[in-house]
Amino acid sequence: MLELAVTRRQGTFQVQVELNTGTGVTALFGPSGSGKTSVINMVAGLSRPDCGRIVVDDKVLFDSTIGIDVAPEHRRLGYVFQDGRLFPHLSVRSNLNFGLNRLSASERRVDFDAVIEVLGIGHLLDRRPALLSGGEKQRVAIGRALLASPRILLMDEPLAALDSNRKAEVLPFIGALSKRFAIPILYVSHSMDEVLSLADTLVLMDQGRAAAAGPTEEVLSRLELRALTGRWEAGSVIRAVVQGHDTETGMTRLSFAGGTLAMARNHLPPGASVRLRIHASDIAIALDRPGRVSVRNILPARVRSVSAAEGHMVDVVLDCGGTDLWAQISGCAQADLALQPGMEVHAMIKALTIARGDVAEKGDAA
Amino acid sequence: MFTLTSLEQEALYLSLLVSGWAVVGSLPVGIACAWLLARREFPGKALVDGLIHLPLVLPPVVVGYFLLVLLGRRGVVGGALYDWFGITIAFTWKGAAIASAVIAFPLMVRAIRLSLEGVDRGLEQAARTLGCGPVATFFSVTLPLVMPGILTGVILAFARSLSEFGATITFVSNIPGETRTLPIALYALTQVPGGDEAALRLCIISVVVAFAALLAAEILSRRVQARLKG
Repeated sequence: MLELAVTRRQGTFQVQVELNTGTGVTALFGPSGSGKTSVINMVAGLSRPDCGRIVVDDKVLFDSTIGIDVAPEHRRLGYVFQDGRLFPHLSVRSNLNFGLNRLSASERRVDFDAVIEVLGIGHLLDRRPALLSGGEKQRVAIGRALLASPRILLMDEPLAALDSNRKAEVLPFIGALSKRFAIPILYVSHSMDEVLSLADTLVLMDQGRAAAAGPTEEVLSRLELRALTGRWEAGSVIRAVVQGHDTETGMTRLSFAGGTLAMARNHLPPGASVRLRIHASDIAIALDRPGRVSVRNILPARVRSVSAAEGHMVDVVLDCGGTDLWAQISGCAQADLALQPGMEVHAMIKALTIARGDVAEKGDAA
Repeated sequence: MFTLTSLEQEALYLSLLVSGWAVVGSLPVGIACAWLLARREFPGKALVDGLIHLPLVLPPVVVGYFLLVLLGRRGVVGGALYDWFGITIAFTWKGAAIASAVIAFPLMVRAIRLSLEGVDRGLEQAARTLGCGPVATFFSVTLPLVMPGILTGVILAFARSLSEFGATITFVSNIPGETRTLPIALYALTQVPGGDEAALRLCIISVVVAFAALLAAEILSRRVQARLKG
């Protein structure tokens, strides 16, 4: 879908990125100043690479070797800015129609009513942007970009300016968009929550470079990338399905390849496909299956690797029914247990350590 | 009842005609200059900026004399206009409008430029990503957002034109029915004995016209602001 290899120098900072993204949501994740926004501005044509090549859907948008630089208005990309950027002198309806009106009938692939419905903005159409809440503004901005029938939707931290309630109000819509309208999304974020619930593919940005790229679960579970992903507590990200809720005990059961997990009750519908993160420091390891113990989740596993981590800690990767679980134990504990690759052990995870924020509904890629 | 004499009617009509044309004629140029100064870097920008502001600090008589030399029937441009097209500018109401426009131009450009500098460039970028070319973006996004500044510029320029005297009398003189605007008629009356009462009446008319213009400006600008704020 998007093929990009660009270099751009901004003062002393250099952005040099190579990317290939497919369908679904691709997240550019990294700290502020890692070059995420520079990348999508170059894709949108709002800033110019010093050299390189940008191709979207087989259409060359920029190529320094043959002198192609398509103007932003001819790139047919939707851009949702962090600050919304709705036109203050136009009503919500006119804002939504701004891009749509400039398309010929054959270029219109996105239906007005469908967008209004998915984003839930039907009751706002006659208002002025100044009278909308932050969450409403962002939904309108998303609708406006979408209605321009873009080849790809670029989103630059669209939720960063919102408080957590407003964020929760917009987040589900974004997830639904890519599927419903079959438009790939390039999503810039420095929030792990957003990445967990949206991203099919994750690109880790660091100092102007793409440090790693791949399926979200895989990239987030890679130990060597901890320095980049570990601003949020390091751990494994796994796929699970909501089995059901137990009202009496107040627990929710999730099943994954390695068995069943219990956590404090949440509100996800049974059968929902979710992403779950388990912090490395929340996993304890027992050589024998413990008897009477409060820990609810005891999963048989096999040690895959053992390696020293910083500060006398030891990283242990466990194979739990084919899913990798990353545990961190103290060096002192390792001295006692003498874990070796291949050993059969039991991974223990307290149900209460899996917080609601660690679970996000996320279906498979579109 | 305050009824206008034919002399007053004529002066008032000429003042409005001259000021109206001065503003309407210079507005597109004013917007273009404001845009250039606000948005573009080019060699000699400081010079252009200074040139535009010159009428603000020069004695109007100097501007009027310069216009006479340039646009008079024997002037560099004025001569050519007369020889080729038979157009005379000096000593006509059109000349008065040009003199007013030149004098009021810096005020207009300043107001629009300030407003342009306050426009969020991000909105223009957003328009571009939505398929809107640079020219269309200017007319559908930038211009509406600059409307308050344009309004202010227009009102300032109109008010300055109404009060224009020095450049006008130097360039187009005092010709009844052609260039005798309110200030010039007033000046003429103060030069003849027994003109005090008539002069006072012209003063009142001037005040009323100026005040009406300011009031209209205020109402319009409130409407524009309300539109932007929702």
